Amino acid sequence: MSGRLAARGLGFGYGATPIGRNIDLELRAGEVFCLLGPNGSGKTTLFKTLLGLLPAQAGEVVVDGTPLKELSRPEIARRIAYVPQAHTAHFPFRVIDMVVMGRTAHLGLFAAPTSIDRQRAREALALLGIAELAEREYTRISGGQRQLALVARALVQDAPAIVMDEPTANLDFGNQVIVLSEVKRLAVRGLAVLLSTHDPDHAFSIASRVALLDHGRLVDQGMPQTVLTSDKLKSVYGIDVIVGRLANGQTVCAPTYRS
Amino acid sequence: MCLTVLLLLLMLGAALVGAYPITFGEFVAALGQRLAGGMTQDKINTVLFDIRLPRVFAAVVVGAAVAAAGAAYQTLFRNPLVSPDILGVSTGAGLGAVLGIFLSLPVAAIQLSAFVVGLATVGLVYAIAALVHGREPVLVLVLAGVVVGALAGAAISLLKILADPYDQLPAIVFWLLGSLSAIRKGEVWAAVPLVFIGLIPLVVLRWRINVLSLGDEEARALGVETGRLRFIVIAAATLITASVVAISGVIGWVGLVIPHIARMAVGPSFDRLLPTATLLGASYLLIVDTLARTMARIEVPIGILTAIIGAPFFLWLLARGREGWS
Repeated sequence: MSGRLAARGLGFGYGATPIGRNIDLELRAGEVFCLLGPNGSGKTTLFKTLLGLLPAQAGEVVVDGTPLKELSRPEIARRIAYVPQAHTAHFPFRVIDMVVMGRTAHLGLFAAPTSIDRQRAREALALLGIAELAEREYTRISGGQRQLALVARALVQDAPAIVMDEPTANLDFGNQVIVLSEVKRLAVRGLAVLLSTHDPDHAFSIASRVALLDHGRLVDQGMPQTVLTSDKLKSVYGIDVIVGRLANGQTVCAPTYRS
Repeated sequence: MCLTVLLLLLMLGAALVGAYPITFGEFVAALGQRLAGGMTQDKINTVLFDIRLPRVFAAVVVGAAVAAAGAAYQTLFRNPLVSPDILGVSTGAGLGAVLGIFLSLPVAAIQLSAFVVGLATVGLVYAIAALVHGREPVLVLVLAGVVVGALAGAAISLLKILADPYDQLPAIVFWLLGSLSAIRKGEVWAAVPLVFIGLIPLVVLRWRINVLSLGDEEARALGVETGRLRFIVIAAATLITASVVAISGVIGWVGLVIPHIARMAVGPSFDRLLPTATLLGASYLLIVDTLARTMARIEVPIGILTAIIGAPFFLWLLARGREGWS
């Protein structure tokens, strides 16, 4: 399994209500693919459709050459992992218990995780630099730590592709950078990562490819520098944006404020 | 382990105290005689084996059952304020029993009617929820449970008004309050296998049920066929609850409060929560039932006692500021 996740002519929405259509995109191993778009443009709904949590209204989602609708839930979970926005759980599970739930798709129906699964969970926490949180309650760690714990859970799922819904939402400045740096390292390790964000700078700093979603349609996709131009950002977000290059070669964008 | 020993000690204690006290020596002697095959019909034998032990076992089975079902439902519905009757099993069983009393059926038929209507009520709730294709399947289930429960409650009220106020109405009220006083050996043994059948899926799926508590979408993304698993848990918990409600009546609060205490003790993971809640529920109801039959000259309906103990305790939990669940 290479984690090649593709949408072909995909239409998506809730029930019969269409939200977006004609989506063509392909996620490849070893890349960070970043999806940008205004509130309500359909990012979350698109992700849920790519994960098979919502049925496609048109077209299809294909993972490693197999249409998603032919796969069972465990089969999908072994191919695509999902990192939801950092939430507060309803029950105070320990972080290690939360992470080890990522092993669900690899366990038999009646099985419980073994010490090997727990070891995997600890390794994933260590990889993300939060090994010391293992025994803490998931409800009592910070938002950034929770987000990293959910990434760890996706890692032990052993899926070649990971879909992350706004992993930086509700995180402070520092935690955003920490989470995104870890995301980039995952791609370096060969995983295919698809994530949504509200900040074009995030795409400039970690994405190899970007797509712009507006009103349920892909306006453009490609290299960050070619897609995230001030013209296109203005047409999608309706604000004036200056895209520039810093002395260290990093591309950044800054909105200009009307006075 | 500690809880198992505690429960056994409590069972021994409960077997000895009562209107006719039995000493430990007499207990051992009677038990030895019974195990040796002797069947003497003295007073101790009658009290111990025909009255007291069946009741002790009934309290243990009922307490264990509602606490286990409550623990399963709280995890399934991701809500620590949920009790085993959220989907209307108790109200349905109440309706079945009230209907049986109203029709002057024999006791066994009343219990069967309670059991069947309890199961049917949850079945109806589940069917309604399945017809409504909502984005939030769990919420739809709870709302359908509220609606069907209200209908069953209305039907119970109607039957109360129509019932004979001297003969049937007291029986109805007493049944709805819940009591173990009229319980007989055969009834306990009828409930035990059903409770066990219901517990089996909860035990074997104990770890997977945890994943359900993350919510429908997240659980599916982790590879759980949530619809199927939820159906199994609901069917199992309903079978457990309906089996014991049919013989004991509605004993409230145990299925709500005990899983809470268990969660405070061992954390929310269902594989640890289930055995702890089960043993605690058995011990708790045994204590309360022993109080119910010994503290006053007349028997206090156990449902009243569990509410008097459970409600303030629950307020105390709320005052602790939601600690322990979020």
